[in-house]
Amino acid sequence: MSTHTNTYPQGDAFNASLKTRYRVATIWQFAFLSALLIAILALTALLYNVVDGAFGYVAYDYKKDPATFTPIPVNELTKEDLLVILKENLSSGAYNKLENEQKLETRTQGELYTLFLERLVQIDTKATWSMTDSLFRSAEIRAEAAEKYPDAQLEFRSWLTPQFLTTPMSSKAEFAGVRTAVLGSLWLVGIAILFALPVGVGAAIYLQEYAPKNWLTNIIQTNINNLAGVPSIVYGMLGLAVFVRTMEALTSGSAFGVTDSNGRTVLSAGLTMGILVLPLIIINAQEAIKAVPDSLRQAAFGVGATRWQTVWYHVLPNALPGILTGSILAISRALGETAPLIVVGASTFISLDPNGPFSKFTALPIQIYQWTTRPQSEFHAIAASAIIVLLVLLLTLNATAILLRNRFQRKW
Amino acid sequence: MKEEALDLKTAKAQSFRQIDLRKKTRLGEGTIQALLFLTGILSIFTTIAIVYELGKEAMLFFADPDVTLVKFFTMTRWQPGIGEYGIVALVSATLTTSAIAISIALPLGLASAIYLSEYASPKARSVLKPILEILAGIPTVVYGYFALLFVTPILKSIFGDGIQVYNMLSAGLVMGIMILPLIASMSEDALSAVPRALREGAYAMGATKLETSMQVVVPAALSGIGAAVIVGISRAVGETMIVAVAAGAGPNFSFNPLDAAETMTGHIARISGGDLSYNTIDYTSLFAIALMLFLVTLVLNLISQWVVNRFRERYE
Repeated sequence: MSTHTNTYPQGDAFNASLKTRYRVATIWQFAFLSALLIAILALTALLYNVVDGAFGYVAYDYKKDPATFTPIPVNELTKEDLLVILKENLSSGAYNKLENEQKLETRTQGELYTLFLERLVQIDTKATWSMTDSLFRSAEIRAEAAEKYPDAQLEFRSWLTPQFLTTPMSSKAEFAGVRTAVLGSLWLVGIAILFALPVGVGAAIYLQEYAPKNWLTNIIQTNINNLAGVPSIVYGMLGLAVFVRTMEALTSGSAFGVTDSNGRTVLSAGLTMGILVLPLIIINAQEAIKAVPDSLRQAAFGVGATRWQTVWYHVLPNALPGILTGSILAISRALGETAPLIVVGASTFISLDPNGPFSKFTALPIQIYQWTTRPQSEFHAIAASAIIVLLVLLLTLNATAILLRNRFQRKW
Repeated sequence: MKEEALDLKTAKAQSFRQIDLRKKTRLGEGTIQALLFLTGILSIFTTIAIVYELGKEAMLFFADPDVTLVKFFTMTRWQPGIGEYGIVALVSATLTTSAIAISIALPLGLASAIYLSEYASPKARSVLKPILEILAGIPTVVYGYFALLFVTPILKSIFGDGIQVYNMLSAGLVMGIMILPLIASMSEDALSAVPRALREGAYAMGATKLETSMQVVVPAALSGIGAAVIVGISRAVGETMIVAVAAGAGPNFSFNPLDAAETMTGHIARISGGDLSYNTIDYTSLFAIALMLFLVTLVLNLISQWVVNRFRERYE
């Protein structure tokens, strides 16, 4: 026997403690797993909440009875009927304004019918219900609606419709669409990527292929990592000060003869977004370039290629899938980013499509923010629909990124 | 015979083109390198521009004789229009929401990371990791919608009238869910970097899987986990949309999670969302807040990088 005391349990005591240790280990394993389950639950709740909001019963009412405009039942109105009704009942000012936007004769029956409902009959939404309620408590909802809103009609509605995608913004939730916002987002992302991709890849090439190992390179690298962590709203403030205010002559287009605009244009917002995603693109491109094996470069140098020839003909083509994947991730970041757009000054109400870099704009996340913060529940319903549109866009982009990665990824 | 062969050799040698192997100046190459250098240095200009622009406007704010640093840091009301400059009223909400977010995201994120790195089979990982990635890819404005229209009603049914429609608790909880994937993925990277030999050593000593994870692997990865937490805090402090939608619209010096209060970011978003004219105290005060925000997140990010480099256990 050794002389020092052994505190570790021996024999039966050890076996007994072993049992406890294993039990504790199992309990904790479930605790760890449940953390992941909570994350999954949260994701499910979030997606469910969005879908739940985008469909459901609506109780609505006509401010004016359709019968006061026409004896024909509303669902049997033809295009010709509608043209006559609109011409007779709209004020001449309003009629001419519509004519100027697009000749009424050239519009479809559906568009005219929407105008009829929006301008003349004036739908008035009384209440909305979530999808779950609508599916499982439909009898109660019917009773409630009949009691509270005796004149109202009840219908199960999908707020997300093809029209929702193609109609511009409207001040009434029933007629609002995301067309302006989606186009605004596309302009924004296009400008951002046009700026950030060449600059970002250039910076990555410089840092990986050219930069000497010295203090300056170190500072650039640390700085890029830090920029990736700067809050997006700070980029918004930068964009407000630099692009919107200081460079107003350029970003409003007044230097190019555009007069009806200030600095709060899609160009300013796009450039701000470009600066914001730049670190992301640089870091991803650096990773992609780093993954190209050195033997390739040495082989190129060996047959007498210059550094740029090596980069252009050998390194870049091999790093391209990685760079593209990184760019797609940057695009999805730019697509969902909201805060800098608010600061740079996205218009909250705009019904004209953006027609150039100097136009005012709105974007999908801005609309979601606007609609979510309205108190009326019908706006929450269209916010949910807009979220679905945004998430589907993002999902498509990310799926493309993953496909690209799997298709072109090479193992060296 | 011999001479003939020699002749042939010299003739052959002369037929080769003479190559000048000295370094040449290549104009194209130089231009390209200069351009690439410019793109590389642009990021530095971005930082300089941020500091300069925010600093310039913030200076204008502090140049107002009514604004003093003492007021800025000690007053508990923020209303620059009527001479109240206490940023504490905004900082309190930022601290409260961030604290709630971290107290959700740290335990859940770390536990998820430990499960993914130590317990999950490759097959389970390939299912579970993408779920975290999806969670990380959801735009924050969508989280805002979720906070206001899902979490707040639930909290309302728990706390009844004790909780306001806009409240910091809901925003903080959802922010925690938003940060969870970040902390999980950074911690998991740190855990996976711990060499297998350490685990095998622990098993050989008779440790259970839990003891190995908690007493060997986690301590070895502590620097990476610490960095993840700091980056998480920095993200929470800078997060805007969730708090702008769900936490409340109006500065309120309060640490009570059930109260409505506006964070620094939420305040910037709300004020700049309206029509803001340049050269007003409202305009310059926003830049003072943004400068604070930038400095705080910068310091946090630098600390996190320092922690990783300083305390990393190297196994070679």
